[in-house]
Amino acid sequence: MTQTPISTEELILFLKKQAKTVRIEILKMLTIAGSGHTGGSLSAADIVTALYFYKMRHNPKDPHWRERDRFILSKGHAAPLLYTVLALSGYFDMSLLTTLRKIGSPLQGHPSSTLLLGVEVSTGSLGQGLSISNGIAIGLKMDGLSSRVYCLLGDGEIQEGQVWEAAMSAAHYRLDNLCAIIDNNGLQIDGHCHEVMAIEPIREKWKAFGWHVIEINGHDMEAILSALHAAEKVQGKPSLILAHTVKGKGVSIFEGKVEYHGIAPTQEELEKALKELGDGE
Amino acid sequence: MGNKEQKTNPPSPPFTKGGSGGITNSKLKTPNSELKIATRDAYGEALLELGKKRNDVVVLDADLSCSTKTIKFAKLFPERFFNMGVAEQDMIGTASGLSLTGKLPFASTFAVFETGRAWDQIRQTICYSNLNVKLVATHSGITVGEDGASHQALEDVALMRVLANMTVIVPADGNETKQVVHAIADYYGPVYVRLGRSKVPSVMPDDYQFQRGKAYTFHTGKDVNIVAMGIMVSIALDAAKILKQDGIDAGVINMSSVKPLDHEQLLNAAKACGLIITAEEHSIIGGLGSAVSEFLSEKHPVQIIRVGIRDVFGCSGKPEELLKLYGLTADNIVKTIKDALNR
Ligand SMILES: Cc1ncc(C[n+]2csc(CCOP(=O)(O)OP(=O)(O)O)c2C)c(N)n1
Ligand SMILES: [Mg+2]
Repeated sequence: MTQTPISTEELILFLKKQAKTVRIEILKMLTIAGSGHTGGSLSAADIVTALYFYKMRHNPKDPHWRERDRFILSKGHAAPLLYTVLALSGYFDMSLLTTLRKIGSPLQGHPSSTLLLGVEVSTGSLGQGLSISNGIAIGLKMDGLSSRVYCLLGDGEIQEGQVWEAAMSAAHYRLDNLCAIIDNNGLQIDGHCHEVMAIEPIREKWKAFGWHVIEINGHDMEAILSALHAAEKVQGKPSLILAHTVKGKGVSIFEGKVEYHGIAPTQEELEKALKELGDGE
Repeated sequence: MGNKEQKTNPPSPPFTKGGSGGITNSKLKTPNSELKIATRDAYGEALLELGKKRNDVVVLDADLSCSTKTIKFAKLFPERFFNMGVAEQDMIGTASGLSLTGKLPFASTFAVFETGRAWDQIRQTICYSNLNVKLVATHSGITVGEDGASHQALEDVALMRVLANMTVIVPADGNETKQVVHAIADYYGPVYVRLGRSKVPSVMPDDYQFQRGKAYTFHTGKDVNIVAMGIMVSIALDAAKILKQDGIDAGVINMSSVKPLDHEQLLNAAKACGLIITAEEHSIIGGLGSAVSEFLSEKHPVQIIRVGIRDVFGCSGKPEELLKLYGLTADNIVKTIKDALNR
């Protein structure tokens, strides 16, 4: 947790500004890399900013701190987002962000825990993060620690069967120290989720699996914070924050565009985007 | 069933009839050969001992704890046992998460489900992150018996061996299984242990000490050396005895450490003679035979003949009937060697 500003208004302002910085760094690193996942990194930027710069207890100076909260990026392709918040938190030097996807870089196309401190576990093959989060949540409970586990999933990702196996076991083992977040941006690679493979009704499905479901606008910082607080209060069952988001959020030329799932901005697009985000303001 | 035109199963390779009856043959006069115990039973006991010794040990199963014998641990340490239901992929993921909090997870189910159903989870999560998860699978090979091909893992060693960071161990008997359980607990990293359902004779000496990466050479033959894993070690020892009576000096190596392979003992065996036989209750594609061939073809090419399942599925039957049907017998090993040596 970084220094918390005094009032809620100040906190929200700080996090909003931080989210803007995160978006700018994501776009810059992706443009230099020349490839990578733009849309899904931007859609979850507000949520992950709230986690790393306010909600989660973690210590960049001691990445293995036993009592830290854990963040598992189940949708591993949003690696640029994770790398940015790790760098801004101080896990490694900001300059490393320019090495994304380059030979010899610890910033692999998808996160590798053996190469980069701060990455809890390697991800990239969708559908696996929730099971891992469950295991961590069980382990933390066994050790009597009050640490929490946050797991970020894509909405397309929940088409994976393993997600539902994990949804079942999290409820079975009453993992109330676990909070899953679905980045419900409505898009996957081949199109709209409802066209590719209908996943609705998401809320009812998770409720039926025994979860406490909180539905929010995933770009409303106030809503994100209150959802994270509310999730913490839930007892005896895991929580799901169903965050309605816009893929490519923050840059109008990318917003809601399925094409920008897996391509990086061009130099020209970057300049437009930076202007729109008000880089340097 | 009822498909009379089924072409692939059961197979009809030129196997010899009869012969020493594989796993039911207890005439063998090796140490403790009268003692027969299934490796899964030894696992159940060893896990219990380990659980008493170390409280970081946690065990996961996917609704097969009575068969894999993790039930013993579950009964004594219910707070450290997690039944994940019929959900192998979730079991592997949960075990991974537990290892990330410093626990020592053992995840067990049948070999076919452990390695096949959850292969991507093992690759992406356990191996790529190099997590300290122990995968101990039972019911490997055709000696699963009556349940048939769907439950007989003949590819598991291939599937696990190909993964970077993975260790693959196939114990030959109960004694070795117990040692393996304790040895892998002291080793950091992903490990796959392949166990069986049926009882096998004890073949390893009482004072034997398992070491990861070390094989056990019973005897180095001047005419031929048989490199075996799992239940085939006892069958290979039977074959060596028969061959001795016919004046053929056959050595036997228990290559329980399939990965890392014991290069030194393999080289010694290959240098001592011009013929290596591999024997495995597994497909000849990708298993022990492949591992040995890969190494020797680069370092010391000699003739290698792989005895194992010849690219077919298994079928239902009694374990001893199946061993005969698929040529996993001392007699077939003897015939293979005599043919190769022109004797
Ligand atoms: C198991 C697996 N299958 C396929 C892919 C390829 N893939 C990467 S992202 C993606 C779509 C994911 O959509 P979603 O979860 O909605 O992600 P987001 O919209 O947040 O980017 C796919 C199919 C993968 N990484 N893993
Ligand atoms: Mg999506």
